[in-house]
Amino acid sequence: MASPDKTALSRRALLSGAAGSAALATVARADDPAITGMQEWNQYLGDGVDAAPYGVPSEFEADVVRRDVPWLTADPVSSVNFTPLHKLEGIITPNGLCFERHHAGVALIDPAEHRLMINGLVDRPLVFTMEDIKRFPRENKVYFLECAANTGMEWRGAQLNGCQFTHGMVHCVMYTGVPLRYLLEEAGVKTNAKWIMPEGADASAMTRSIPLEKALDDCLVAFAMNGEALRPEQGYPLRIVVPGWEGNMWVKWLRRIEVGDEPWHHREETSKYTDLLEGGKARRFTWEMDVKSVITSPSPQAPITHGKGHTVISGLAWSGRGTIDRVDVSLDGGRNWQTARIDGPSHDKALHRFYHEFDWDGSPLLLQSRAVDSEGWVQPTKDALRAVRGTESIYHNNSIQTWHVRDGGEVENVEVG
Amino acid sequence: MSKSVDTVILVAAGLLCAVPAMADTFGLGRPATQAEIVAWDIDVRPDGEGLPEGQGTAVEGEEIYAEQCAACHGDFGEGIDRWPVLVGGVDTLENDRPVKTIGSYWPYASTIWDYVHRAMPFGEAQSLEDDEVYAITAYLLYMNDIIEDDEAVLSHETFGDIVMPNADGFIPDNRATVDEMVGGAPCMKDCTAGPVSVTMRARVLDVTPEDEN
Repeated sequence: MASPDKTALSRRALLSGAAGSAALATVARADDPAITGMQEWNQYLGDGVDAAPYGVPSEFEADVVRRDVPWLTADPVSSVNFTPLHKLEGIITPNGLCFERHHAGVALIDPAEHRLMINGLVDRPLVFTMEDIKRFPRENKVYFLECAANTGMEWRGAQLNGCQFTHGMVHCVMYTGVPLRYLLEEAGVKTNAKWIMPEGADASAMTRSIPLEKALDDCLVAFAMNGEALRPEQGYPLRIVVPGWEGNMWVKWLRRIEVGDEPWHHREETSKYTDLLEGGKARRFTWEMDVKSVITSPSPQAPITHGKGHTVISGLAWSGRGTIDRVDVSLDGGRNWQTARIDGPSHDKALHRFYHEFDWDGSPLLLQSRAVDSEGWVQPTKDALRAVRGTESIYHNNSIQTWHVRDGGEVENVEVG
Repeated sequence: MSKSVDTVILVAAGLLCAVPAMADTFGLGRPATQAEIVAWDIDVRPDGEGLPEGQGTAVEGEEIYAEQCAACHGDFGEGIDRWPVLVGGVDTLENDRPVKTIGSYWPYASTIWDYVHRAMPFGEAQSLEDDEVYAITAYLLYMNDIIEDDEAVLSHETFGDIVMPNADGFIPDNRATVDEMVGGAPCMKDCTAGPVSVTMRARVLDVTPEDEN
């Protein structure tokens, strides 16, 4: 393949030079009716200020929605849908587009009737109302939340055509909440305590065991996301935030935290969220989400429609172990790499946005991205990951994704070798 | 301890909470009453902590299972549609297509009791009596050949005798030492032996949902 850098430079030089401008000016073309014609919105009045007291996106963005994969689960009330990553920009996910995962549907809770209990190995078992919780000092933190099963359908090979489906079980918002350690200190944690167990108020009464060390370190009890109250599907009125760790632990509709000296080994940390390896043994308590990245555009749902010429590759990278140090992009299936440009804030355990701009010559591409995190973890190839994990782990698939861009700009999910 | 004594102690604790002398707290929240803790503290651990008094047999469980569970999980725990399979799969964990069930995969019997009690039947959680949960648990263990006698009484006292076949099937998270994904500068140029080509396409399977928009 020709050096992409050289191609990009020469074309940019041509287009920005006087010769380029002169050439464009001489092209005979029809007048654009979008300019020469009068549009409705040029002439007539639009809606007044109260037409939408809670604003919604333009009707022309109607395809930017969460989608599910119906064959994946038995019933939509115990299922998952996916964030439309291919249509999003920056690092913050709009609240209404954050993927959903429920085990017994969305609990609709009157916050006046909601309580948080802390019991177990504490000096003073306590009950808090939502009002009580909002009287503690609070913090604002941007964190990604990724389901451990994100990309789980791709272990055996390329399966779903769309980064919404392959990578859309992740979102990233700014949480407002109370450091969990304040609540635990209020109850007085006994010296023999080693674990906590958050429990949900929904009909699945979700539970997970979390080491006390993590609970006292950076966990939050959050009541707001992106500046407004949690959405019902994200745990309104209260959820636990477990930064960098698998999404299942971020118990929604949080109503109780028990403090104990042993893990509980409940269903979601034994039957589920354990990673079966070749040889029949399974890893458990694999909490941290590994370093990962994906090109969100172009991707199968976001093909290149402009033909050859200057093109923007946009993508996301994240790690449950810290920040993203670097993202590399390959146009040739991982043979040669160039370092991408990370743009926007770099928060600990949050999504990072990267870009790679280049001049596409219209020939087929095999796009990949590879992230390196602040702890030195490198995103592996699919083959490298399968070599150590087999294909039955379900969870924690952070391998490098390949998008095949065809000469017409259409994009498909492929594997390469 | 009587309830009235409990109340006195808890009220006293509540007063202490509100006293500013406890410098490391904010004086927020109120003491939980014993009845409140009993109402919500339903979790059960592998060592039996949290198991209430009660008992049941597989024979009793079969009848309850048929009414409450079989519509989704099947008469024999085989799972209807995409609902979880509960029985079988022993010795398949090393297979190409492992079948992970209570019998083949779950390390602790306490997890069955806890989960059935807190989340089942689906859509009518926490509606089963404790004895019914013991009976269903006994029946699930019986169907998985972990309990041999369908008249054997499973109770808070006999629960500790149950050893699950895959109890030793789990290892701690050792990604940091085993998976070798840390350190080293990743290759930037000529990283493969030759040009890379497509080996598999998602379109072959064609399982991507149709977009109705």
